Amino acid sequence: MELNAISIGFVVFSIFTLGGGVGVVTTRNLFQGTIWLMVSLFGVAGYFVLLSAPFLAAVQILVYIGAIAILITFAVMLTRSVARIKERYIRILPSFIASLALFLILLLGVTVPIFGAHSPGSIPEYVASTRDLGAALVDENGYVVPFLLASVLLTAAMIGAIFIARDENA
Amino acid sequence: MEELCTGLCSVLTESGAELGLAYFLSLLVGVLLVSGVPLLTVILLIWIERKVAARIQDRIGPNRVGPVGLLQTIADMIKLLSKEDITPTAADRVLYNAAPLVSFASVVLLWAVIPFTPFHYGVDLEIGALYFVAIASFGTLAIMAAGWASNNKYALLGAFRVVALLVSYEVPLVFALLAPVMLAGSMSLVDIVNAQSGMWFVVLSPLAFVIFYISSQAETGRAPFDLIEAESELVAGFNIEYSGMKFGMFFAAEFLHVFTNGIIMAILFFGGWMGPLYYESPLIAFAWLGAKGGLIYFTTLWLRNTVPRLRIDQIMAFNWKFLVPLSIANLILISLALKVMQELGIAPRDMLSASFGDLLPATAILLVINGAMILYLLGILRKRGREARRESHEARAGYPQTASVAGR
Repeated sequence: MELNAISIGFVVFSIFTLGGGVGVVTTRNLFQGTIWLMVSLFGVAGYFVLLSAPFLAAVQILVYIGAIAILITFAVMLTRSVARIKERYIRILPSFIASLALFLILLLGVTVPIFGAHSPGSIPEYVASTRDLGAALVDENGYVVPFLLASVLLTAAMIGAIFIARDENA
Repeated sequence: MEELCTGLCSVLTESGAELGLAYFLSLLVGVLLVSGVPLLTVILLIWIERKVAARIQDRIGPNRVGPVGLLQTIADMIKLLSKEDITPTAADRVLYNAAPLVSFASVVLLWAVIPFTPFHYGVDLEIGALYFVAIASFGTLAIMAAGWASNNKYALLGAFRVVALLVSYEVPLVFALLAPVMLAGSMSLVDIVNAQSGMWFVVLSPLAFVIFYISSQAETGRAPFDLIEAESELVAGFNIEYSGMKFGMFFAAEFLHVFTNGIIMAILFFGGWMGPLYYESPLIAFAWLGAKGGLIYFTTLWLRNTVPRLRIDQIMAFNWKFLVPLSIANLILISLALKVMQELGIAPRDMLSASFGDLLPATAILLVINGAMILYLLGILRKRGREARRESHEARAGYPQTASVAGR
């Protein structure tokens, strides 16, 4: 790998992503765990920048760090014994097998073209802009059906949340 | 890289520096300027804020250190720097020390995308408006971390309230932000300013500006939304355990955030550096941006020192039951009206090249829509106010003692 700004960026963001992930699973403090999660998500946002997708990077920070992770910290602070968790996770073997299988599948997917052919180094000339992304979402030949399905799903989730939270007596 | 090398960089290469080095140096100077100017501005801002607050409260304000008290902030800074730096024993050390830095960085990072003049800006991000919202979420994170890491119940309670406030008011803020983005057809702040060469967006969608103004007042935690520092209820709030310059960083971040929001509003709704003779010199353009941002900044100070603090349930009810539905309705109406007018050929499809005359009919229609919405809203507000007054009258009638006190 040649040493340039992008490769240095890749290494830095990989350290963020992987280090954050290790932090999440090793810390015995729930609040610190959420902070590590944010570090990891921030690293992923960095990858999007490296891939010339600034819109996705901003959305990654806005949605995952700004909304989801903040909500997780809320939930964590409302639980007891945030700081020192005594309980240990005991089902080591099943999780070891599951993570090993996932890792192997990912490794195969990257090295052997089983999920569709690709060649490394064939970077398309044209870099799609945010405008293209928006157009593809509402284009009938693009992703309009998944887009509408996702909207329906979110609306259903919102109505469900309101229904659960509604006061019975009101 | 050669086409990127302009300005200072080309001067450096001509004087014999290597291309890579020259490019790096010119970028470094730019970064230092963009991050350094707000750092120095905040010293002046604190003085302005204290002076304005004093005048509104019929006081004189700082007037001892330096001419008209100008050096007061510097004296305060020296005091803060020389104070004992306390970290509570039970605090989470790393988070406790990182929180003030993240808080201040979340404001300074905003200056990277602000177009000061037609030619001077940090970067022209394709997603500038979204960047503004994304970076602001780091501020929320910093307050949460500070409240938790202090290991103090008042700090934690304060952080809870603040985060609830910030997360809620981010919703109308983003919806209001979408109005100028839609009108300009771009999220880049430079394009948004350029698109206002025909007409300022505050004329096209005054309601979006009002929503943005209210939400950003809440985002900075200023009165009437100053739950962040409810001295009488929370001792101080999330920053209670902080001392010295760490407290100073939170303090400076808040003051700078208010001014930054003024500048952002000037860019989004008041045409940024647009103004008579802006094309003559970048300095004139910069002065226009500063004047507009400063004026909006002044009104926020005015508001802060005039209105009392609201209760948290009032703040939440106002946001979720009033501001959020309003901002969504406003967005739907504007987008619908804009598209219909574009199809009919009344509104120009490309705002960047539209002149004042092209925009007049569209402006008139949008103004009528906004006016109708505002009238309707005033009707609702009047009804709610009347109901609240009647309820409080009835409640008072139930307690003869309080009634007699009130009647005195």
